[in-house]
Amino acid sequence: MRAGPMLGRLPIVKMLLVTLAGTAAISAVMLSINWDGQEGSTAAPKIDDLLNVMIVLSAFVFSLVMVMLFYALWKFKAKPGDESDGEPIHGNTRLEIAWTLIPTIIVLFGGAYSWKVLNEIEDKGSNPMTIDVFSQQYAWSFGYPGKGMKFIEGELHVPVDRTIQFKMHSQDVIHSFWVPEWRIKKDNVPGITTTAIVTPNKIGTYQLICTELCGFGHASMRAKVVVESPQKFEKWVTGLTKEIPEPFIESIEQDTETNPAEPLDAGGA
Amino acid sequence: MLAAIKRPGWYRAVLGTLVGAAFGVGLVVVLRAISGLPIWQTEQTGYPHVVVPLITGPLGFLAGLGCFDYWLRWAVGAPTIPEDHSQHGARNWKDYFRFNTDHKVIGIQYICTTFFFFFLSGLMAMLIRAELAQPGTQIVDAATYNSLFSTHAVLMIFVFIIPVFAGIANYVLPLMIGAPDMAFPRLNALSFWMLPLAGLLFVGSFLAPGGAFDAGWTGYAPLSTGAPLGQSFFNLGVQFAGASSIATALNFLVTIITMRAPGMTFWRMPLLVWANLSTSLLVVAATPFIAGVQFMVLFDRILHTNFFDFAAGGDVVSYQHIFWFYSHPAVYIMILPGFGIISEVISTHARKPIFGYRLMALALIGIIVLSYSVWAHHMFVAGMFSWLRVPMMFTTLLIAVPTGIKIFSWLGTLFFGKIHTYSTAMLFALAFIVTFTIGGISGVMLGMVPIDIHVSDTYFIVAHIHFVLFGGSVFTIFAGIYHWFPKMTGRMYDERLGRVHFWGTLVGTWGTFIPMHWVGMDGMPRRVADYAAQFGEWNLLISVFAFILGAVQLVFLYNMIVSWRYGPRAEGNPWRANSIEWQVSSPPPIFNFDEIPRVVGGPYEFGVPGARHAIMAGEGAEVKEPQPSVVGSP
Repeated sequence: MRAGPMLGRLPIVKMLLVTLAGTAAISAVMLSINWDGQEGSTAAPKIDDLLNVMIVLSAFVFSLVMVMLFYALWKFKAKPGDESDGEPIHGNTRLEIAWTLIPTIIVLFGGAYSWKVLNEIEDKGSNPMTIDVFSQQYAWSFGYPGKGMKFIEGELHVPVDRTIQFKMHSQDVIHSFWVPEWRIKKDNVPGITTTAIVTPNKIGTYQLICTELCGFGHASMRAKVVVESPQKFEKWVTGLTKEIPEPFIESIEQDTETNPAEPLDAGGA
Repeated sequence: MLAAIKRPGWYRAVLGTLVGAAFGVGLVVVLRAISGLPIWQTEQTGYPHVVVPLITGPLGFLAGLGCFDYWLRWAVGAPTIPEDHSQHGARNWKDYFRFNTDHKVIGIQYICTTFFFFFLSGLMAMLIRAELAQPGTQIVDAATYNSLFSTHAVLMIFVFIIPVFAGIANYVLPLMIGAPDMAFPRLNALSFWMLPLAGLLFVGSFLAPGGAFDAGWTGYAPLSTGAPLGQSFFNLGVQFAGASSIATALNFLVTIITMRAPGMTFWRMPLLVWANLSTSLLVVAATPFIAGVQFMVLFDRILHTNFFDFAAGGDVVSYQHIFWFYSHPAVYIMILPGFGIISEVISTHARKPIFGYRLMALALIGIIVLSYSVWAHHMFVAGMFSWLRVPMMFTTLLIAVPTGIKIFSWLGTLFFGKIHTYSTAMLFALAFIVTFTIGGISGVMLGMVPIDIHVSDTYFIVAHIHFVLFGGSVFTIFAGIYHWFPKMTGRMYDERLGRVHFWGTLVGTWGTFIPMHWVGMDGMPRRVADYAAQFGEWNLLISVFAFILGAVQLVFLYNMIVSWRYGPRAEGNPWRANSIEWQVSSPPPIFNFDEIPRVVGGPYEFGVPGARHAIMAGEGAEVKEPQPSVVGSP
């Protein structure tokens, strides 16, 4: 037997309007809050915009689910003592195709947008400054190969508005380099050199946080990050007296690069 | 006394454990002596004198308990003891502590054991939240804290969520497909008994010098390869839990494929059966990877192999690839059986056929196929080849599509139904749709590489996994336990206490895990015993809700225990469901059916005049088979 037309008996337009109203309300509240905190790099606003777009799309999906659920609960709740069954509707092919295709389009859009953002935030530019990051249980230290192999423990200084390429090394277990205001994170892996690109664009003092569990001192493995004007930075870096110590030089020279230009070359050489 | 030791049972099991352990120690001593190594010296992380007995002791226990008796007799050509089926059924509580081959007894053994670990692990979560209620160190030091959250996760994943689904399915699934038992009852019993051993190994690691394993449930090398002895307890516990899981999955596959009642075609199987079929396909293929990688870590630790030793040319990142090649499919192992439960509960209590039954089944297959191609989304910042990230991002995002199909189909099932919300099972099922949607949304965000770079390894992840595992899996587990409680115990539970439990759990879950998203995005890393003072107030709030969430589980425990003993007697089919397990008495007779039922239609034909799912023994003659055209979706 065939059940009567299903969609025709539902207030589809009203349900959609309530869904859109819900989307607008949730988005208005959610977008008024800066979830990720202060923005301190050129990557940060791009990632935050992506997040905001996703918040709006998610608000739509969430509102749609809630409207469908509560409309059904309000309209089709059994009266006390009613032991009869519902209508024998087994499905609706058009509807099923719709809720397969529409989410597919949404996620493919999200994927393409993410890909674009990823390429932008990892753009090295023409003249990046290289800084080496060394991590060990439970301390950070930094080397400035472009500045006469200068070295300092526990404090990272970078010039503002300059693209930095961090080359990361670990001496023992995996650590992870995260400055929340920069929105950039990368694991420091023993035996390989990992890379992260950042262009800090706001002068200030931040914290570098280890985000990969590395032992009992993990929670306190932090370092100070100072973003300052190029002049101040030059003065600071020339004032450094230590050079990168021998074991760290070894890890710079011996660690494998993670991203050879042609991936298949990695195995051979 | 001698007779007691010869019979399979606890005396022989204790003896077997001791003999097994002694054999292990002896083996190490002899091998070291032959190799010319100092006999008693223990390497820094090795302790072979402990590790080897941790393998042989539990095997001795299983042998003593009688897990291998029949097979060993057969293997050596001795006369096997004929099956008199006296082991079937449980006459009193002691029967649950024996090697028993009855799928219904094993189901209850599974569920009670796993819930024991659920509460133990929940207590650890309470300790964790107590420590995190304020910045600074108050209750446990940083090393103990690391052990606590590692053990919490491992117990919840390996000896609660994964096996409790196996327990529910063990009880329900053979009844649902009209089978008298599982395909391999002895293997089934062995699978169960490996489970408490895994749990004891995990918990026992607290006694090891250096404390319990503390490298997280992920156990990343090289932190794990260089960790103290406790890590070996983890490596080995995973072997027992994994072997149990693989054997059960094999059992389910053979049972579902070969033992369905006549007339039960694939398109007439209830969705719980489809869900367990898909889950089992994942388990048999993926679980060997985690077993293998934990052996590699163990070998690095005690045999000084160099799989993950970077100084000797090992590859650190490869641990993560192998680990996540299991552990991403594992998140579907932890949710697909729950999807099956939700389908049963919603269709029954909305009195409506499942909306788009075939697409629901195909979505499960779509999920298992895609789930093998997404593992590296756990490694976007791990330092793997960066060109791997974009394809993995797209597969990850696409897996939201079959999951979305399921959500919308459950909602579609509600429309034009007669929704009954008196059952706590239905409340959990409806709440699951909402909480799981939120977990899915944060999952899609995490799948996007740029967002993941920022929130990876922060409290955002903690929020996401608890929304999908607690708000998702555990809600479905509660729905399943409440739904089949009358069938399993023959008693009704108290719906009033059930509602207290439901609302407390719902409020507790949202209050605990929603704010975690915010502190994570704002800069709080995960797996830390101490944190910046700016997150203090949020964490206090999270802890308060976590304590509510913990306390309200005691209501559940009380309800289950007291109702099992004193609850009013349950009828055979209190929810007026169609599937076969409800057509027999509660609890079902020892061999399930006097005569195998005959399946004549789909399992969810609510409201179809004259439609039947199965014809039970003794009522066959007068019921005519309905025409196939009313079966399934158009």
